[in-house]
Amino acid sequence: MTNENSGDVRLSGISKTYGSFTAVHPLDLTVPQGSFFALLGASGCGKTTTLRMIAGLEEPTSGVVSLGDQDVTNLPPYKRPVNTVFQSYALFPHLDIFENVAFGLRRRGIKSVKKQVEDMLDLVQLGEQARKKPHQLSGGQQQRVAVARALINHPKVLLLDEPLGALDLKLRRQMQLELKRIQTEVGITFIHVTHDQEEAMTMADTVAVMNAGRVEQLGAPADLYENPNTTFVANFLGTSNLIEAEVDSRSGDDIVLKAGGGKLVLPVARCSAPATTGGKVLVGVRPEKISLTHADDAGEIPAGRNRITGKIADSSFIGVSTQYVIDSAVCPEFEVYAQNIDRDSRLVPGADVVLHWSPAHTFGLDAAQDIDAGVETAEEEAA
Amino acid sequence: MAFVNWLKRHLVVIAGLVTLGYLLLPNIVVTVFSFNKPKGRFNYEWQQFSTDAWRDPCGVADMCGSLSLSLQIAVWATVGATVLGTMIAFALVRYRFRARGAVNSLIFLPMAMPEVVMAASLLTLFLNMGAQLGFWTILIAHIMFCLSFVVTAVKARVMSMDPRLEQAAQDLYAGPAQTFLRVTLPIAAPGIAAGALLAFALSFDDFIITNFNAGSTVTFPMFVWGSAQRGTPVQINVIGTAMFLVAVLFVLAGMVIGNRRNRQKA
Amino acid sequence: MATVTEVEAPPVAPKSADKPPKKRGRLVPYWLLLPGLLWLVVFFALPMVYQASTSVQTGSLEEGFKVTWHFQTYWNALSDYWPQFLRSVLYAGAATILCLVLGYPLAYLIAFRAGRWRNLIMILVIAPFFTSFLIRTLAWKTILADGGPVVGALNSLHVLDVTNWLGFTAGDRVLATPLAVVCGLTYNFLPFMVLPLYTSLERIDGRLHEAAGDLYARPITTFRKVTFPLSMPGVVSGTLLTFIPASGDYVNADLLGSTDTRMVGNVIQTQFLRILDYPTAAALSFILMAAILIMVTLYIRKSGTEDLV
Repeated sequence: MTNENSGDVRLSGISKTYGSFTAVHPLDLTVPQGSFFALLGASGCGKTTTLRMIAGLEEPTSGVVSLGDQDVTNLPPYKRPVNTVFQSYALFPHLDIFENVAFGLRRRGIKSVKKQVEDMLDLVQLGEQARKKPHQLSGGQQQRVAVARALINHPKVLLLDEPLGALDLKLRRQMQLELKRIQTEVGITFIHVTHDQEEAMTMADTVAVMNAGRVEQLGAPADLYENPNTTFVANFLGTSNLIEAEVDSRSGDDIVLKAGGGKLVLPVARCSAPATTGGKVLVGVRPEKISLTHADDAGEIPAGRNRITGKIADSSFIGVSTQYVIDSAVCPEFEVYAQNIDRDSRLVPGADVVLHWSPAHTFGLDAAQDIDAGVETAEEEAA
Repeated sequence: MAFVNWLKRHLVVIAGLVTLGYLLLPNIVVTVFSFNKPKGRFNYEWQQFSTDAWRDPCGVADMCGSLSLSLQIAVWATVGATVLGTMIAFALVRYRFRARGAVNSLIFLPMAMPEVVMAASLLTLFLNMGAQLGFWTILIAHIMFCLSFVVTAVKARVMSMDPRLEQAAQDLYAGPAQTFLRVTLPIAAPGIAAGALLAFALSFDDFIITNFNAGSTVTFPMFVWGSAQRGTPVQINVIGTAMFLVAVLFVLAGMVIGNRRNRQKA
Repeated sequence: MATVTEVEAPPVAPKSADKPPKKRGRLVPYWLLLPGLLWLVVFFALPMVYQASTSVQTGSLEEGFKVTWHFQTYWNALSDYWPQFLRSVLYAGAATILCLVLGYPLAYLIAFRAGRWRNLIMILVIAPFFTSFLIRTLAWKTILADGGPVVGALNSLHVLDVTNWLGFTAGDRVLATPLAVVCGLTYNFLPFMVLPLYTSLERIDGRLHEAAGDLYARPITTFRKVTFPLSMPGVVSGTLLTFIPASGDYVNADLLGSTDTRMVGNVIQTQFLRILDYPTAAALSFILMAAILIMVTLYIRKSGTEDLV
């Protein structure tokens, strides 16, 4: 690890096809040394195939995989300085924990492994369990063994394939923080494949959202969330309200749009689609950015905010917030999350309301896309 | 009424135990009659208690020779069938190739064939080739019919094995040979052992195929068959009883050791 | 590990993940298959061809046999030995049904009711294998001996009157009758029924019984509608593993039967090893093989379990 870029992972035009099915379309991606990178997407989006191509477990149909300056495309997995934490761990059932962790060292011909293995087991707090067999450990402990078994080899890159998928929710939260801590401590590049958007956003510095074999968008979690470029990202990462609108005019840095009977304002910088006058744009806003005011108080809403009128169709109280579904002319199911600070008792199903939000929280997307892309997949994953 | 209810609830258990009794009854008879002192040449009727046969198990001409021949054949047949069968099982589970269906049929057919048919046709082959019937023809035949059973046993085990384990080994710097030796083989071992055990039992106890292809060579089952015509020595029962006891003790010991090992680790 | 995690297998070539990434591995499966398959081809398939050819030869032992396409042998074999064929099917069929009836409770007992006795019972089912089956079959001669306790009991319960009337036994004897042969066949192949049955019963989730009970099924209905259908793979392979070897067996008919209970296996053995009429023996063996293969294929089709291997 003398060279500063020796841990960069560079994928240049790699793709994978099985017969007529394309799992990964030609893909260019650079993961800088020392970063925590997440590949996020639904089942079959190609994220695991991409990871397996980096590990060498899958041969790319085209393209080049490089680690630092080294082209590793044709190296078998056992010659790559890369280790993997497998989905459901793949711990060797016939070896005890100690031997599982020592496996990689021994294969590289290192004789005195005792000290290293013990230190590693201490790092993941499993020193006491060294002589147990994998099936005698709990899911969380097995997960830590899998991480230790990979990390002890000081790989340039650690690949994690849905490492927390088999754990229950509470343990998953705990392990997310734990993995993040280990990554910061050892400073190795982590590439993490997951279908859980919260997990990706909690842990990773950079998230690549994949869909149907392509990277839809890549960026820091907050960027992706606040400023999605496609309907898929808007719907897959959290929830978005999307309204079809027509471009009315430009005024300075803002675009003025017509939707239903009213007008909406969208900053030019936050619009990923070409906005020609008369053209269509999808206007998006996140549910928690919206304020809800009873129609009787509509006069108190400050000027300059985007407004839509509607009727409350449904409300569900979930503790920290109340989630409303609003029936409006522009969108039949507008979702609004309101913090439970001062609850207005008039906001019950059937009440006429005005929805309003700051134009700065509005984003614009190309209207040529499927408005529901990513909605179903996100729901399936949640189920 | 309470009794009727009890009977109803335990009907399955009672029926199952009756069947178990049916299965074990001949072994009990074999054991009891190993202490018999029969009058004529046949050991079918109880006369009086004696331990003569146990004290001189090899006292019958040719019996122990046939027993040792059977053991030798069983060992070599087990080795041959296990090696060949394990290779086939791995190929079937781990690789895609053409003519898969034909291969599967060729492996299934020997198990779906009455022994007498295989025995007769193999003898036709040997007669046509002018082969000398004896040890080698028996061994060839035994490997042939044990092979399919080994394939089935090993295949089941390899199929249930997570392919990610081998990928993990490769990921952890084990080359193909190392991966096979350190991960694949140890994990497949119980299946291979089961296949080998089955092959041994099948070979050791085979009569029909051996009878056709042995020529004048006499294995233990053939000795027993012959004695059923000429007169059954008590020593046959001694051998039968001893084998039964050895098998039970062997398995029990294995279980006790396994349990203790698990308890220590837990 | 109860949660099923996402399985991200591509839909087209799901097994490709198992392939080594190197292309030079393409020939490996063929090398692995070659020795074993060669063995089966030379010592299993080829003999069948030789046998087929022998069955249409004529000649004598002294002058040698020649292929003369003498299909008459088949006709003669069938018309001479149809009773033995019929007996084989009847005895093997009866033994199979008996095995199923006797074996099912035992398999069920081991799978669901044995608790901590499970391993012990399993050992007791398998251990008799280690005593030569010929020795064990000979033991039935003692058990069913004339004037012995079993025959005596059957006699005083008037069971023998019924079986005599049905033609299964004759007079005061069980030995040397069809009943003895079927009894021996049943005994010999019972483990081959119990083990597959146990394997498929053991896979059944015990909660299914509770669910069926919860949904108003009485125990007998639960068995008919849930347990038995789910154990069908075991029933199919168990009946095959019993019927096929039983139909070709000649040991039980020889040791426990008489000349009136000879099965087709006895005929083949005598023709081949004593009379040395190879064409007739080969024809008989070929007919038996064809009959078995047809029956097995139809049976597997009907029961819908294609993948038995």
